[in-house]
Amino acid sequence: MSGGHSTYTPKTGIERWIDARMPLPRLVHDSFVSYPVPRNLNYAYTFGGILSIMLVVQILTGVVLVMHYASDTSLAFLSVEKIMRDVNWGWLLRYMHANGASFFFIAVYLHIFRGLYYGSYKAPRELLWILGCIIYLLMMATGFMGYVLPWGQMSGWGATVITGFFTAIPLVGTWLQELLLGGFAVDNPTLTHFFALHYLLPFVIAGVVVLHVWALHVVGQTNPTGIEVKQKTDTLPFTPYATVKDAFGMIVFLAVFAYFIFYMPNYLGHPDNYIQFDSLKTPAHIVPEWYFLPFYAILRAITFNIGPIDSKLGGVLAMFAAIAVLFFVPWLDTSKVRSAVYRPWYKLFFWLFAINAIFLGWLGSKPAEGWYIPAMQVSTLYYFAFFLVIMPLLGLFEKPKQLPNSITEAVLAKNKGAAAHPAGATAASESNG
Amino acid sequence: MKKVLHGLAALGILLAGSSAFAAETATGANHAAEPTHFPILAPKEQKWSFAGPFGTYDKAQLQRGLKVYKEVCSACHSMNLVAFRTLADLGYSDAQIKAFAAEYTIQDGPNDDGDMFERPGIASDHFPSPYANVQAAAAANGGAAPPDMSLLAKARGVTRGFPLFVVDIFTQYAEGGPDYIYSLLTGYNETPPEGMEIPEGTHYNPYFVSGKSLKMAPPLSDGQVTYEDGSPETVDQYSHDVSAFLMWAAEPHMEARKRTGFSVLVFMALLGVLVYLTKRKVWSNVEH
Ligand code: HEC
Ligand code: HEM
Repeated sequence: MSGGHSTYTPKTGIERWIDARMPLPRLVHDSFVSYPVPRNLNYAYTFGGILSIMLVVQILTGVVLVMHYASDTSLAFLSVEKIMRDVNWGWLLRYMHANGASFFFIAVYLHIFRGLYYGSYKAPRELLWILGCIIYLLMMATGFMGYVLPWGQMSGWGATVITGFFTAIPLVGTWLQELLLGGFAVDNPTLTHFFALHYLLPFVIAGVVVLHVWALHVVGQTNPTGIEVKQKTDTLPFTPYATVKDAFGMIVFLAVFAYFIFYMPNYLGHPDNYIQFDSLKTPAHIVPEWYFLPFYAILRAITFNIGPIDSKLGGVLAMFAAIAVLFFVPWLDTSKVRSAVYRPWYKLFFWLFAINAIFLGWLGSKPAEGWYIPAMQVSTLYYFAFFLVIMPLLGLFEKPKQLPNSITEAVLAKNKGAAAHPAGATAASESNG
Repeated sequence: MKKVLHGLAALGILLAGSSAFAAETATGANHAAEPTHFPILAPKEQKWSFAGPFGTYDKAQLQRGLKVYKEVCSACHSMNLVAFRTLADLGYSDAQIKAFAAEYTIQDGPNDDGDMFERPGIASDHFPSPYANVQAAAAANGGAAPPDMSLLAKARGVTRGFPLFVVDIFTQYAEGGPDYIYSLLTGYNETPPEGMEIPEGTHYNPYFVSGKSLKMAPPLSDGQVTYEDGSPETVDQYSHDVSAFLMWAAEPHMEARKRTGFSVLVFMALLGVLVYLTKRKVWSNVEH
């Protein structure tokens, strides 16, 4: 995958035999051992590896949960409680899976923000970025449908509200909603539809991840300087350098994950989901999972009609646009410089965007009343302005800082003075590669 | 420039944070007579033996809580998900559990003649419901069915608001359920503010999460349940005990969970140190 120049040399007879027939070991060697990575990657670059681990965690725990789960409205809630109470280590599986979804999203958000900060979406990585956006969309669909499976109050009412969005679409809306639900309201067919799709989508995600990694290995990783790799001293072999750094990042991430599983397993969930779904009892506040909250705030920020578009359709359009806009980021950003490190103004707006996104999430958990509504509107405005106004204009007006000539130069300049390493270390590292 | 940026970012966080905080306090200040947000009062935070990373259930307390449930609450509230056999967690022997279960009458069947019949309970049975169905339960209680108690301690949690919900992560606050139940049970003696109308057949309770009053009359009174271990026979003690018991009923594997968690975290910490040292070693010959 690494651009054709393979360094794999089969050592034993068996390896040569396999290599001549199906060079899988060569592929793995070229992708995860000799694959060159920029030498200056920081821990923000470990989230890709973390995301792969989380996908594996979700699939493994999910498959075992399915062995005990019943996708029938009269049994679903009870079967999940049976897992929690009677299945050996069932509570662990279920808490891993439920919190795993949250940590999957924490990782993907950090991964996306990494991309926005270092300009990872710029040419030639547009496709890589778009594949990432597709994974994110699929994750949202999977998370939403998974949340319906335990068949609690928030499962059923969340599904009612979210599928209700589709009815705002003119002409086909109601048809689309009924297709999803398998009827006129959330009921048994909804549960079986969502269960089938919830089992399917993670494997679709795995497929798109393969494409994502393929695209990555064609164009290579970005790095904090945003300068392309130019010479051999700019890179290090993936193994051992990136492997061990990724491993450390993963352990720290998984430790935080474990903290939640074992000590606060219900912190990220909603208490109402421990009440079985009742289509006659509407909860006081219906809120989606935390990872959808910013979009939920955007949805409810549109409280006014815009010409022929009523506020309901307007809200739905704004919410979908908030996700769709991500796909166009490679062309919205007009800057010639990639990394925020060399873009003082972009850096400022980026951090404001990050704070604004968290604020939107908090607003999403609030009812649409009082001052929350204007706050949602201002925050939504900044969300879109960041992509549609700031990104295009800043590239034209901002004066970037002086870029170093190469990654190697940037690294050496950074370590000058503070460096404890002998000057010959650079050359030495190469003979290792 | 960098300083300015950091300053601006900090200011942004501060602004967002303080406006959020202002909002929380603003929504808390309801109009006294006609509040729109519930509960009127936040749950009273109690000390629980099972709180914190090394928390364990107090078996004597769970046994007392079971007694309160059995003698008082079970007249109205079912607890369908809890099997008698799991009472072993409370420190009961197999023989005691057998005897306990046998005090209940369980409907079973059909037998070979096709008839339903009644028999004494056995260890694998679950607590039977006091009512035949939800409709009967609602009809007997003025229109509100008493909720099933198996998960009640996890199914109630009053929103903590900013900044508490951030602090909770570090203090491991996960006892919102029992705090809520305790506060509700001990919250009946408050007098409603002047001008507040309490609907017929309901009871004012400022800790109730979905309104100003609920259909459950104060279920406990001093001396109602006899304790054999000399614990005080007060509403306060009963409420603590039954809330702890309900936490166990909702999360019977909590002790195992926390114990496992400690081993896992110690393991992760050791592994983390080793991998970090390895990383340092591997990277020691390159500048990065
Ligand atoms: C006489 C019947 C009766 C008895 C006995 C009783 N309850 Fe209730 N309980 C109810 C009813 C009815 C409701 C529903 C109230 C409503 O929704 O208005 C209720 C609701 C509750 C709630 C839920 C409140 C909420 O947030 O929705 C809790 C907690 C509770 N009871 C605890 C107890 C405990 C603990 C005991 C035993 C000490 C007990 N109850 C005994 C009838 C009873
Ligand atoms: C992309 C990966 C996945 C994500 C993000 C995800 C997300 C979720 C979420 C949020 C829930 C609700 C958890 C709860 O509140 O209880 C859930 C439940 C469930 N998931 Fe997944 N899931 C993933 C993969 C899978 C896979 C691959 C399977 C099966 C092969 C699976 C099977 C189940 C089952 C049976 C449940 C219901 C049991 C329960 O609620 O705990 N999941 N999932």
